[in-house]
Amino acid sequence: MRFLRQTWLVASKDLRSELRTKEALNAALAFALVMILLLLSFAFDPTAEETRRTSGGLLWLVFAFAGALILNRSFVRELTNDCLDVLVSSPLDGAALFLGKSLAGFFLLMIVELACLPVFGIFYNVAWHRQLGPLLLVLALGAWGLTVIGTMFSALTVNLRLRELMLPALVYPLMIPGLLAAIQLTTALVAGRPLDAELYDWLKLLVSFDIIFTALALGLADAVLLG
Amino acid sequence: MSAVAAEGVWKYFGDYPALANINLQVEPGACLALLGRNGAGKTTLLRILGGLSRPSRGRVLVFGDEVRNRRSRCRIGVLGHGIGVYEEFSALENLRLFAGLYGLAEPESAARRWLERTGLERAGSSPVREFSRGMRQRLAVARAFIHDPELLLLDEPFTALDDRAIAFLQQLLAETRARGRTVILSTHQLREALELATHAAVIERGRLVFAGERTGQMLSDPGWLYRTYGEG
Repeated sequence: MRFLRQTWLVASKDLRSELRTKEALNAALAFALVMILLLLSFAFDPTAEETRRTSGGLLWLVFAFAGALILNRSFVRELTNDCLDVLVSSPLDGAALFLGKSLAGFFLLMIVELACLPVFGIFYNVAWHRQLGPLLLVLALGAWGLTVIGTMFSALTVNLRLRELMLPALVYPLMIPGLLAAIQLTTALVAGRPLDAELYDWLKLLVSFDIIFTALALGLADAVLLG
Repeated sequence: MSAVAAEGVWKYFGDYPALANINLQVEPGACLALLGRNGAGKTTLLRILGGLSRPSRGRVLVFGDEVRNRRSRCRIGVLGHGIGVYEEFSALENLRLFAGLYGLAEPESAARRWLERTGLERAGSSPVREFSRGMRQRLAVARAFIHDPELLLLDEPFTALDDRAIAFLQQLLAETRARGRTVILSTHQLREALELATHAAVIERGRLVFAGERTGQMLSDPGWLYRTYGEG
């Protein structure tokens, strides 16, 4: 009960902080929408069948970069006034701090994802909502995997001068299995294909990926925070 | 049982020993002035005593428990170089948050009580980014004291305070001590620190060169400690 209360305190603090300053959210939304709206739709022919077949890759490319912008801020916001020291010295459980921050990052990344989907549908002429339930599940699972790894490395790189460069360099290689599954599933679901046996295998991979990295991150939280 | 016991504490930054074999015991109810020049290792030692940094060797016990235990952390209040509050939140929101993290039964009333006590009740709903330096420091004091810690670790607490705020903090620390709380404070301001302290310790290049009771001689001549135990 205490763990959940602490997790909620951290998550609500981070969300309130972000919704007031909108530092990460504005940057991530602007990046994602401009990248989808302008760059990629001009780079490819949005009406081509080929584009629809690469829709998962396009979307997750954007989500991964937008996610890095959000997750970079996760622990950086604690540097001002040495707030991280106060959190670490308090009886706050390291895993609760970590989980709270992951939940806040997940919520923000989901906002970006949900804002991008209709824009993507319009500019690429894709009826992405035919498998809406499974698609939302995949987006949430992919976002959680990205968030959990990103938050972990945000804590590890928070005191580095080149943390903005280090975070993607560390997160993306680890994300490969999760991203691969999310891309395969998203491409199929956006094309209107229902979840079949092959897609279930990808879904199982994505769920396993999330479980493994969540357990690792929670188990290592104290060691990461204290160094 | 000691309030704080540092046993053979070493801290290396790379190959450099920032702290070398520190053995220090502080009894409950004592007020220890941790003295030393810039770079002597005071902040490093305070961070280790507060569980903010792991010693490379040795261990720290707080009231007999390992310092990173939850029970120990509930008993410690830390006031470091940074004020440890969020700029985009109001003073009330900050105090409510930290009262919640320390598991206080009524975070709202604790937060309001400390706002009043630190004279910030009228600015309680304003964001911290609009506060003056003195108001920020008072809020930091409220944040560090809100859970009524049994052990207070204060790193340069008088820095950036005007005379009125120094008097307020001294009064608060005196009240805290009167209730049997233990205080460890590091400072360059020898006179203010020694007026409060029951004990003094001097760190010189990472080594504890003196630890003992504060004497009348230290009060009448604060420089005596450095002349006697420092490196000149």
